Amino acid sequence: MTTTSISDNRFKRFMRNINIPPVYYFLVVIFLGGGILDQIFSDGQIFTNQAILLNIIVRSVALGIVAVGQTLVIVGASIDLSVAYTISITAVMSSYIMQGETKNVPLAILVVFGIGILIGLINGLIITKLKINSFIATLGTSLIIKGIINATFSNYTGSVPKSFQFFGYSTLGPIPVAIIVLILVVFAGWFLLNRTKFGAHLYGVGGNVEVGRLSGLRTDRVLIGAHILCSMSAVLTGLFLVSRLQSGAPWVGPDGLYDLESIATTVVGGTALAGGKGGVWGTLAGVLIFGVLDTVFNQLGMNPYLKTVLRGAIIVLAVASYTYRSKKEAA
Amino acid sequence: MTEEQKQKDEKTANLVQPLLEVQGISKRFPGVVALDNVSLKFMPGEIHAVVGENGAGKSTLMKILAGAYIPDSGNILLKGEKVSFSHPQQAQDEGITIIYQEFNLLPDRTVAQNIFLGREPSKLGIIDIRKLNKNAAELLKEIGVEKMIAPTAMVSSLSVAEQQLVEIAKAISFNAKVLIMDEPTAALTYTEVKLLLDLVQKLKEKGMSVIFISHRLVEVFDFAEKITVLKDGQLVGTVCVKDVKPADVVYMMVGRTLDHYFPPLGKPEDFGDVVLKVTNASNKFLKDISFELRKGEVLGIAGLQGSGRTEMAQAVFGVVPFTSGSLELRGKTMIIKNPATAIKNRIGFVTEDRKSEGILPKQPIRDNMLLTVRSIQSVFGPIFKNGIRKAKKLVPELGKQVDVRTDSYDREVQYLSGGNQQKVVLAKWLASDADIFIFDEPTRGIDVEAKASIHDMIRDLTKKGIAVLMISSELPEIIGMSDRVLVMWDGHIEGELPAKSSEPEIMLMATGGKHIKETQDVLAAGKE
Amino acid sequence: MTTTTLKQPSKFLQILKTIWNGIKRVPAVYYIFFGIFIVLGLLSPTYQSANGIMAFLRRTSPLAILAIGEMIVLSTGGYDLSIGSIVTLVVLGSSLLLNNDPTMMPTAIWTMLALGLLIGLVNGFVVSYLKIPSFIATLGMMLLVKGGALYWVGGAPRGYLTENWRDFGRGYFENIPLIERFPYALAILLVLALVTYFIYHRSNFGKQILAIGDNVRASQLSGVRVRLVRMIAFVISSLFAVIGGIMIGGFGGVNVTIGEGLEMQTIAACVVGGVLLGGGKGSVMNVIFGAFTMEAIFNLLNLLGLPKPYKDAVQGLIIIAAVAYVALSTRKKK
Repeated sequence: MTTTSISDNRFKRFMRNINIPPVYYFLVVIFLGGGILDQIFSDGQIFTNQAILLNIIVRSVALGIVAVGQTLVIVGASIDLSVAYTISITAVMSSYIMQGETKNVPLAILVVFGIGILIGLINGLIITKLKINSFIATLGTSLIIKGIINATFSNYTGSVPKSFQFFGYSTLGPIPVAIIVLILVVFAGWFLLNRTKFGAHLYGVGGNVEVGRLSGLRTDRVLIGAHILCSMSAVLTGLFLVSRLQSGAPWVGPDGLYDLESIATTVVGGTALAGGKGGVWGTLAGVLIFGVLDTVFNQLGMNPYLKTVLRGAIIVLAVASYTYRSKKEAA
Repeated sequence: MTEEQKQKDEKTANLVQPLLEVQGISKRFPGVVALDNVSLKFMPGEIHAVVGENGAGKSTLMKILAGAYIPDSGNILLKGEKVSFSHPQQAQDEGITIIYQEFNLLPDRTVAQNIFLGREPSKLGIIDIRKLNKNAAELLKEIGVEKMIAPTAMVSSLSVAEQQLVEIAKAISFNAKVLIMDEPTAALTYTEVKLLLDLVQKLKEKGMSVIFISHRLVEVFDFAEKITVLKDGQLVGTVCVKDVKPADVVYMMVGRTLDHYFPPLGKPEDFGDVVLKVTNASNKFLKDISFELRKGEVLGIAGLQGSGRTEMAQAVFGVVPFTSGSLELRGKTMIIKNPATAIKNRIGFVTEDRKSEGILPKQPIRDNMLLTVRSIQSVFGPIFKNGIRKAKKLVPELGKQVDVRTDSYDREVQYLSGGNQQKVVLAKWLASDADIFIFDEPTRGIDVEAKASIHDMIRDLTKKGIAVLMISSELPEIIGMSDRVLVMWDGHIEGELPAKSSEPEIMLMATGGKHIKETQDVLAAGKE
Repeated sequence: MTTTTLKQPSKFLQILKTIWNGIKRVPAVYYIFFGIFIVLGLLSPTYQSANGIMAFLRRTSPLAILAIGEMIVLSTGGYDLSIGSIVTLVVLGSSLLLNNDPTMMPTAIWTMLALGLLIGLVNGFVVSYLKIPSFIATLGMMLLVKGGALYWVGGAPRGYLTENWRDFGRGYFENIPLIERFPYALAILLVLALVTYFIYHRSNFGKQILAIGDNVRASQLSGVRVRLVRMIAFVISSLFAVIGGIMIGGFGGVNVTIGEGLEMQTIAACVVGGVLLGGGKGSVMNVIFGAFTMEAIFNLLNLLGLPKPYKDAVQGLIIIAAVAYVALSTRKKK
């Protein structure tokens, strides 16, 4: 490449400003590697079929939206393991309320966002006011939600109207609505973290709560806010899933492993579990990496249980790629 | 304090109204009176040091001024008007800012983001980034460090001294009239201290009043105009620096003079064989380390923060081992690859940071003392190997030896005082049967009384033929304790000095002597 | 102590005080357990007979065994979330291996213990050497083991568990005076509890476990081989999960969800038994009673007619409440 030093500088500044994390190189490598495997062992559609490429992104939408929420929480040095069941409760409640009628859609959306806000609020309050480790606290709330859903719904419940399926299936020009939503959510996450006081304060809380408090931040409120936003992102994922599945079932959240995968993608994207640094662009790359892997496994026709095994291994290895160099002992 | 001085003080006090004044402040904690009826005045444009032993009440007083504690009784007057704070925020709003000993910056955020954390210039919650950086740049320029520190630099990329400057910038951004600094020089090198000194002078000229706590009298005399001495929560007195000598202040602090401070040095005939010999050893922090340690001697290691003192101790102890060169232990060449090996070879390491590296806070004293004994035995070893019965005898013996004050050895260590915790740590190493002891800052953050008893204990060890390597950043301690002194600079041993060398001699070597210009240049150019 | 006749009343008070102090020192879990158990006895005649109590203990023993294993890992400051999947693996895998052939029993048991050892070693390795926080590492392992088990048996339960296998969990020593029968499960629990008691409370290893849970850095600098100790902790936890799984297979049928949620139930039992999350404190006895308490609570809710799925919700509440209780009471102390 032959660029003058000035434009090089500008490029560097641009890169720094939008903060493209190195994980994107990793994404490219995995995409190329997966594509080559696909060329050798299968029909090689990953490189040739545009629909598959688009499909990778559409598949990533559900995980991507909730992962953005998870990123906010992890930046605040907290964690949310209740997102999977929040997704489930959204899916069943919304399709239960809609009952296939378009006129019920606004009410359903209102109710599920209400539930999401409530869950986030409860998570945040338990963590900040009772001072319980966020991992235990959200596992606890997750169990509570699970118990309530399983006691109330046992199978597919209700259905969503055709009109609501546009979220999952329709396109705006050549681009699926789902992708536009994902991009909007990621952009909103970036804006919140980098351009607002809330974001700056969240980094403060995550970096060092004591510093935050001494700087006059209302640390509890900031963290509760992050938890509410995270639960709301889970609700959005739930709505997206139900619009694609046409009916909600209590297992959509846990079966999709949205709790674990949202955390793994966030960490892969360069947000430290200890909080205080990172951002949503990295998380998006993490999500796309998982999407590519999923597509590659499908292309290769892998046994679904073996796929679960590999997913577990990949999550661990992905996190390890960031942690193994650390000098501190993990526990 | 003489009657004359008192009158002089009152005279100046009447001339100008004090910026900040406390009247009859008392503060009780369960079991202790931390502050007892203390009254003090801080004038505008004054640099005022507060000194005293640990537990004298300095920190409590500062925290009350900063709004972190609420006093039980007494008044705080700001420019003659009564104020009361229930939250640090309120004190900050009134222009009283405190810089704590631990840094209060976020490492992964920029300088500007740190300075204005919680007060970002914004509209509708959206930050005006340009303004944020501009304001920070102006502030940095105001304190004259704009060439050293960029507003967009990550705090983690700054040196300790630069971070301290950012903290000061942050304090000024609150329009601070009173700046309180808790041991500001503890982590700084000699040149960096100078830098801080210049800045404090500047602040003083602007009419700010600077209050700082310190354990190091040398710096107190460099920095301050007035010294207030606290003892056991009571005010001993306030003196002007120009009227007193350091020894006077020490006398005020403890009621005795410096001379009784250290036990006598060892005699040459007491020193035995070389037990530890390091030759041309290096690792990523250290270059070409060579020295010998003899039985019965205290080998002092002097050097500034970052000179490689602690790293050398860690290398000998196998925490971060040497990667080249040779290490001979009692005449046998060996590699110490981890602490377990070191302990097995009877090396003990009393670390610098008691809380994070020394004690197991939630475990009983008993288990803390027995930890090294247990760790050198096989993990799979027979359950009763160091047996309950043997431990029953060993623990009280150790407790007596180091004089731990407790009603039961089953008490959790977290409930002991700092001095007692340090004694438990010491007992742990005595239990391991070590005959080479490494002490890293053995008396940091400990009151004078406990200091003396630890110094005596170290000397007693050498009398039993134990070899001691003692790292310290306090020159009086180095000079008072060492039979020989190694001075470190920039990761290597700059030179060796005999016992009773003078402070300037050590300091010259520790600052790199001839290299001194180089250090300054590096500092002036900012971190490379 | 002063023993003059004049100080009679103060001596009496002192005795009362000693008793009161003794009462205060008994961990809350015992009061909770016996309280609930008395209520159970009042509500249902089953819990009044020796037979009924033995049946209760038989049912609870596997959970108690899992909880002791989990306690070891929790004491190091970590979590082991893979134990539920290990139980699933043990039940599915051994039913395939046994396939109604009683002579295969030892082979099946050794295979499962070997797998448990392997899983524990991998968990320990990933946490110690790859430095992944254990709750993520073992959550990954949970997926891996469950997926592996299902892949092994081909997605659905196959084969049968033999009677001699199921006896570990179900069987009784018969004709015992006074109590009639004594469950094998309880005997296994007692043996393991005794062994763990000595390892945990009386051995170098136990003290080192608590030490690294309390302050890793200090332990390391005192010569504790942190990684080795952590590895062993995970191995113990996995092996206990295998043993618990063998017993659980005794009464449940062979199904793919048999181990689901056990990790949380176990952690809840530990927390109720006073184990400090984050490490540094625990007690074998208290944890066993923590497990008993959990089971007693579930039985009580059953008797009161609460639908089964609420079990999860109750568990969630118990965990939050127990941890909050500890957090708030230690805050008060300080």
